[in-house]
Amino acid sequence: MTPEAAIGGNARPEVEIRQELYRSMLRTRRVEEAIVDRYAEQEMRCPVHICIGQEAPPTGVSAHLQKQDHVYSAHRSHGHYLAKGGDMPAMIAEIYGKADGCAVGKGGSQHLIDLDAGFICSAPILASTISVGVGDAWAARRRGEDRVIVIYFGDGSTEEGAFHEAMNFAGVNKLPVVFVCENNLYSVHTLLEARQPENQTVRRLGPPNGMESFDGDGNDVEEVWRLAEYAVNKARNGGGPTLLEFHTYRWMEHCGPLDDTHLGYRSAEELESWKARCPVDNYRDRLIEDGSVDQAWLDSEESTLHKEIEAAFTAAQNGPFPNAEELFRHVYPE
Amino acid sequence: MTREIKYYEALREAQAQCLESDRDVVVMGLGVPGPTGVFGTTKNLVDDYGPDRVFDMPSSENAMTGMLLGASSNGMRPIMVHMRVDFAVLSMEPLVNQAAKWHYMYGGKMRAPLTVRMIIGQGWGQGPQHSQALQAWFAHIPGLKVIMPTTAHDAKGMLISAVRDDAPVISIEHRWLYGVSGAVPEEMYETPIGKARIMRPGKDVTIVAASYASLLALRAAEMLADAGIDAEVLDLRTITPLDRESIVASVRKTGRLVVADTGTAEFGISAEIVCAAVEGASESLKSAPRRIGLPSVPTPTSPALSEHFYPRAIHIAEAAAATLGTKVQLTEPATGKWHDVPDPSFTGPY
Repeated sequence: MTPEAAIGGNARPEVEIRQELYRSMLRTRRVEEAIVDRYAEQEMRCPVHICIGQEAPPTGVSAHLQKQDHVYSAHRSHGHYLAKGGDMPAMIAEIYGKADGCAVGKGGSQHLIDLDAGFICSAPILASTISVGVGDAWAARRRGEDRVIVIYFGDGSTEEGAFHEAMNFAGVNKLPVVFVCENNLYSVHTLLEARQPENQTVRRLGPPNGMESFDGDGNDVEEVWRLAEYAVNKARNGGGPTLLEFHTYRWMEHCGPLDDTHLGYRSAEELESWKARCPVDNYRDRLIEDGSVDQAWLDSEESTLHKEIEAAFTAAQNGPFPNAEELFRHVYPE
Repeated sequence: MTREIKYYEALREAQAQCLESDRDVVVMGLGVPGPTGVFGTTKNLVDDYGPDRVFDMPSSENAMTGMLLGASSNGMRPIMVHMRVDFAVLSMEPLVNQAAKWHYMYGGKMRAPLTVRMIIGQGWGQGPQHSQALQAWFAHIPGLKVIMPTTAHDAKGMLISAVRDDAPVISIEHRWLYGVSGAVPEEMYETPIGKARIMRPGKDVTIVAASYASLLALRAAEMLADAGIDAEVLDLRTITPLDRESIVASVRKTGRLVVADTGTAEFGISAEIVCAAVEGASESLKSAPRRIGLPSVPTPTSPALSEHFYPRAIHIAEAAAATLGTKVQLTEPATGKWHDVPDPSFTGPY
């Protein structure tokens, strides 16, 4: 069965959903741009992995998630957090190392958490959260909790042994997990060609681990939405795990706010070709064309977002740092 | 009611009672539901508590540790079992990078009430990869708790404490303790984590030890007593959080210190214990502390080599006598032909 047949062709979401998909992608884009714009002030004193260019996968996946569903992420986590409904001001405060941060400033950008929103954790060691999410799914089913687990990771994580171990266990036990690989072609500065066999997809790794797998255009939010609908529903209905691979691309440097094409590991032409496939702008154009949105709606969204983001940054910058006593809290649970 | 049972039976009883009293407790590990039940410690538990609570796993120590971490942060209280410490080395990433920091790095919002049992092999050719005593590795990681119970009583009580603890606890069990009997209450009880215990009071020299080394220290104390030296044996029971107060109090009393550990001496836990004594009781120290541990070489397999690799009680006694600066005649009780078994009744393979 082709992926298209399995997911019911090229059905489009309702207009309200299209608007929500665009709104969510735009929000992540604008938040990331705000970080990029201010990072040189040297007040966000932690590594940031900017997800500009990769907004579509978390948006299209989260559109099918409910509040009780759980999301696990890795280092490039901002989009996953925001799309699942993570508290944006708490994320910004966390990046500023402030007491109001979602992890009291102890985690930073690489350890976002919002349990109320179902965003469970993120961590920068490749593949490290994959097995944790699988364990969550295992525990949820054991305890009779209706919950789908989505685990995001990059192409680099699929080279880790722990990824294969976790996939195997999820496949053996038919756990309610959607594995989402955002394949952006690079692990830091190392090309996919140097790391994986030629002309292969990450998708290939699903069936050997006992699960279906699909791949799609990770810059087309509706394609993500369609594939995720199938995988999330399947998991929710007891059909077991699915591996989804989305082909996408990060625009900024691996870690930080800058263009890094001067390093030579990727070309400016390659970056430009992916920018031409911008998931946000192209979707905006499509929605204008098909009448789903108009300029007034777009202007209103931009204005609302601008105010929300400015308020979050002002609050984060003005908020207090954690007290020195906080250093010794939470080593062991009290 | 209290009766005499063996260390491995105490571990089994602790797990059975935890399974009985809390639906969220599960026991997982290679061979856990199997015919030998990890040296008897999990034997037949599957019959009483079912295969969905007492179960085997793929040979995937890394991801299965992460899996139980995920389960533990979602309300479960899992026990993971490794037949050797050496296998747990494959799970250092989820233990060190994730579980240990789980509570802290998410601002106190996450808990990882995970217990990981791992067994130190010794003798019968356990060799380089079936014998490592890596307590210092785990003790070096803030956020983990490391226990090394010595007696059957503490094996049961501390394992129950570990399962009920909201922090990740590494339980390191020395295989040569498994056949040692002790008085163990039938009911469920907790032995507190973080408290050392004086196994034998004395006034001349303090011997701080843990796990099987504590039994050696007791034997050393008997040899010393025969030579007129009154040694105090402090059984650590918990490596981290370390009970510095008990170490300092004993050294203040005796003025002399020997540390005995089942691990490699260099950069091992003995260094931390000596440091605790120096920091907390330097004015009381009458002589330089000494330590007994393994030399910095991989464990050899041949009994001819391992005989020289593992310290015996006599070596602890000699070190203790040396801290007094007196020449005494120490007599080692007769040993069998082989040094690679805890007692003559022990036969391999294992």
